[in-house]
Amino acid sequence: MCLAVPMKVTAVEGDELVVELHGVTQRARRDLLDDVALGDHVLVHAGYAITVLDAEEAAATLDIFAALEAAGGGR
Amino acid sequence: MADFANAAFQSREAAQHLAAQIAALAPAHRHVKIMHVCGSHEHSLVQWGLRALLPPGVELIAGPGCPVCVCPEHEIREAIALADRGCLLTTYGDMLRVPTAAGSLADAAARGAAVRLVYSAADAAKLALAQPEREVVFFGVGFETTAAPTAALVLADPPPNLSVLTAHRLTPPAMQLLLRAGEIEVDALIAPGHVSAIIGSEAWACLPAEFGLPTTVAGFEPVDLLLAVRDILAQLRDGRAELSNGYARVVRPAGNARALAALNTVFEVGATWWRGLGELPGTGLLLRPAYAALDARARFDLNLLPEPDEMPAGCRCHEVMLGRITPPDCPLFRAACHPLRPHGPCMVSQEGTCYLWHQYGDAGALAA
Repeated sequence: MCLAVPMKVTAVEGDELVVELHGVTQRARRDLLDDVALGDHVLVHAGYAITVLDAEEAAATLDIFAALEAAGGGR
Repeated sequence: MADFANAAFQSREAAQHLAAQIAALAPAHRHVKIMHVCGSHEHSLVQWGLRALLPPGVELIAGPGCPVCVCPEHEIREAIALADRGCLLTTYGDMLRVPTAAGSLADAAARGAAVRLVYSAADAAKLALAQPEREVVFFGVGFETTAAPTAALVLADPPPNLSVLTAHRLTPPAMQLLLRAGEIEVDALIAPGHVSAIIGSEAWACLPAEFGLPTTVAGFEPVDLLLAVRDILAQLRDGRAELSNGYARVVRPAGNARALAALNTVFEVGATWWRGLGELPGTGLLLRPAYAALDARARFDLNLLPEPDEMPAGCRCHEVMLGRITPPDCPLFRAACHPLRPHGPCMVSQEGTCYLWHQYGDAGALAA
């Protein structure tokens, strides 16, 4: 029940967002967000956007993975 | 450009490096039991076969993280009663087939009652607008992630023919109570990523503080979960018990302020029943009196009482939910209990541990 996917906001229309992932477009309610802008990625859960994703934190996590590869197992 | 669906989150190489680090960190002469409390985490674990990457002494078990599974019978029977009385009963898909002594919602639909699966609470409002002559009930089940949308529905001026039958529960206080009572015995906890998107990572600070359990908030990609295991093993090696957040791209320390405000406006915290676990004080989200007009229990004068012994005969779902046994330990698993004829709730829900182990197999056994 907590499956949720990150989707990109392509339009804001009243109480709803138009969101897109891999070419699939759907609508999501924006009641639970304070601020959301075009181009933001939001986590959509049961038809509601529940958070705006943080690009810097995503990049930081990806950096951890890159470091793993560079360390070749890192033991 | 932000890339949240980066293939690196599912990278085989990263997973292999992490598995090697996890093997090196695993204590030689001690068994480590790590619990997660999220059906979606269990889904990722079995889908990706991650248990097969863990050394034999590191056990990852599912806790009470499937909201469908912990929903007590009397709440499902309330929903069935409303459908039988002619209401259009809407709810999330997993709820339809959960068996009770009075049958399931799907059985009610089969005898002509109007039961409709919805993807979103907002869809229930749309149905109510489209059918103004009909009473529409939204049966809202789940933890904080689905409770917040139910609160948003209540606050969005719903049509007068809509009411809500709420069965929402809180996860951190339930874990606290079960740990205090000794019902759950584990060495560390992986906290649920999307519940934490609502309540914030800091909501789990009680676990390291009160119980000395390393606790880490994790996402749902395979590498997210392996990072969580590595972090926990490093904490155990160092004798640390801290809260960490490996899912910071989604989870803030204080959560989603607007969602928490909506929850607090609509609900008050009180005691509620958990299927197979009994009544747990301070773990239920109950509609505040100000919203009684929207409360299906008040509108239709429902007063079904909880039944303490409500597990189907022989069903060991409650032991699975407490992490005491795994599904193959139950003699009904894959025999009398099967997704086509589920005996207990854990075999019904797509987030139920028994259903998932049936669908994907037991990756832990493959590794042994």
